Amino acid sequence: MSNKESAKKTIIVSLLLCAVCSIVVSTAAVLLKPAQQANKSLDFKRNILMAAGLLDAELPVETQFEQVVTKIVDLDSGKFTDQFDIESFDQRKSSGDSALSTSLSGAEDLAKIARRENFAKVYLIEGEQGVETVILPIKGYGLWSTLYGFIALDADMNSIVGMGFYEHGETPGLGGEIDNPSWKAQWVGKKVYADTGAIAVEVVKGKVNPQASSAQHQIDGLSGATLTSRGVSNLMRFWLGEGGYASFLQNLKNGEA
Amino acid sequence: MNIKELLFKPIFENNPIALQILGICSALAVTSSLNVTLVMCIALTSVTACSNFCVSLVRNHIPSSIRIIAQMVIIASLVILVDQVLKAVAYEISKQLSVFVGLIITNCIVMGRAEAFAMKNAPLPSFLDGIGNGLGYSAILIVIAFIRELLGSGTLFGIEILKLSTEGGWYVSNGMLLLPPSSFFIIGLLIWALRAVKKGQEEPADFKMTANTKAREA
Repeated sequence: MSNKESAKKTIIVSLLLCAVCSIVVSTAAVLLKPAQQANKSLDFKRNILMAAGLLDAELPVETQFEQVVTKIVDLDSGKFTDQFDIESFDQRKSSGDSALSTSLSGAEDLAKIARRENFAKVYLIEGEQGVETVILPIKGYGLWSTLYGFIALDADMNSIVGMGFYEHGETPGLGGEIDNPSWKAQWVGKKVYADTGAIAVEVVKGKVNPQASSAQHQIDGLSGATLTSRGVSNLMRFWLGEGGYASFLQNLKNGEA
Repeated sequence: MNIKELLFKPIFENNPIALQILGICSALAVTSSLNVTLVMCIALTSVTACSNFCVSLVRNHIPSSIRIIAQMVIIASLVILVDQVLKAVAYEISKQLSVFVGLIITNCIVMGRAEAFAMKNAPLPSFLDGIGNGLGYSAILIVIAFIRELLGSGTLFGIEILKLSTEGGWYVSNGMLLLPPSSFFIIGLLIWALRAVKKGQEEPADFKMTANTKAREA
C-alpha cells in the first residue's frame, strides 16, 4: 500500500487518468461535431422562417428555407456586396474584428453593443413583384444579456411581418416573455417609420392606447420587465435607424440595392 | 448491501436533497419546466452512476493525496460527454439547460457519492448507488417542477392545464413560482413533510429553550 502513495505512482496515475479522459472527451467532440453544427444551423434557419411568419411545423426546415435568398449588405453604403463568401461569413464573429466593425460612441450606441459590424447577412424572400419580405438580424442589450433575433419587414420596408429572439438570457416569466407568442404577435402589422421618415416604432410602458394616432407604431410593454422592454425598443431603433439598416431599406425599396 | 436497498434507499430514507441537502443549486435553477427538469435528471443520474463506476474501478490506484482532483477529472470528462451528446441529439433542450449541464460538475451529489461511496466499494454497487442517488434527486426535482410549472405557467410538459388569464382564461399565474427562489419554499415544505412522516430524519436540536424563564435584572 505504501507504494500507492509514492511520488512516482502519483505522477503515473495522474498522467494516465488525464490521457484517458482527454481521449474520451476529444473523441466525443470530434464525432458529434457534424450533428451539433447541423442542429445549430437548423435552429438558426427555423428562427429566420419564424420571424417571417413562414414556418410550417409539418415540413422539414431545409426545404422551406430554399425560398430564402441570403445576401450580405454593406451597412455603410446600404448596398449588397459580394466581397465575402455567404456560407462562411460569420456576422457575429465580425463584430469583434476591428477591420470589419465600427466602434460606437455612447450617444450612437442605443442598443449597447459597443461595436457594430460593417456587414450584415440579410435574408430575402422574393416573389414575382421583387422582394416580398426582408429579414434582418438584430441584437442589443436587455437587462441581463444580449438579445439576438430577427425582424422581418414587408415589401413596403415599413410594415413589420414578424420578429423573434433566438438567444437571450432574460428572466423567465418576466423579460423572458419576449418569447411569448401573443406578445410577438402584437408586432405584426406595426409600422416602423412615421410619415416623416423618422423611426417611430417603440415598446411603450403599459398598454398602448388604441385610439392614439401613434398606436400603429407602438407595442405594449411587458409588465415586470421594464428594462428588457426598453432594451428591445432601443435595439429596434438602433438597427432600423441611420446607424443600422435604414439606408439599405431605402435602397431596397427604390430597387437600388 | 442488496440491490434494492442501494437503488431505493436514497429516494425516501436517505434522499440527497431532502436529507443530505446536496445539489440544491440545480434544484433551484432548472425546475421551472418539467421537460427541462427530466433531461437534467437523466443527465445527472447517468453522470453520477458512471462517475461512481469509474472512480470505483480505479479506487485502489488513486493516491490519497490527489484523490479529489482525480475524481474531478473523471466527473468533468463525463459531464462534457453528456453536454456534447445533448447538443447533438436534443439541441432545443440543451439550449434551455445552457450552463446547468456544465454545472453538474459542481453538483455536490456527484462528488459526494464518489468520495463517500465509490472510493470504498466495488464498481457494481457503486454504479447502483449512483443510479439510486440520481433517482432520489430526480424524485424531488420532478415534484418541485410539477408544482412550479403547473402553478407558474399553468402547463405540464408544455401542455396547457390551467388556462391563463393573459390568454383569455381564468387562471392568474403565480409569477414567483417561475423564479428560482420559489424552489426554496417548496424544498423546505417537502423536507418538513418528509420529516413529519419519518421522524428518524429529524435532527437533534443544537440547544434547548428553557420553558417559562422569568425576566430578571441583569
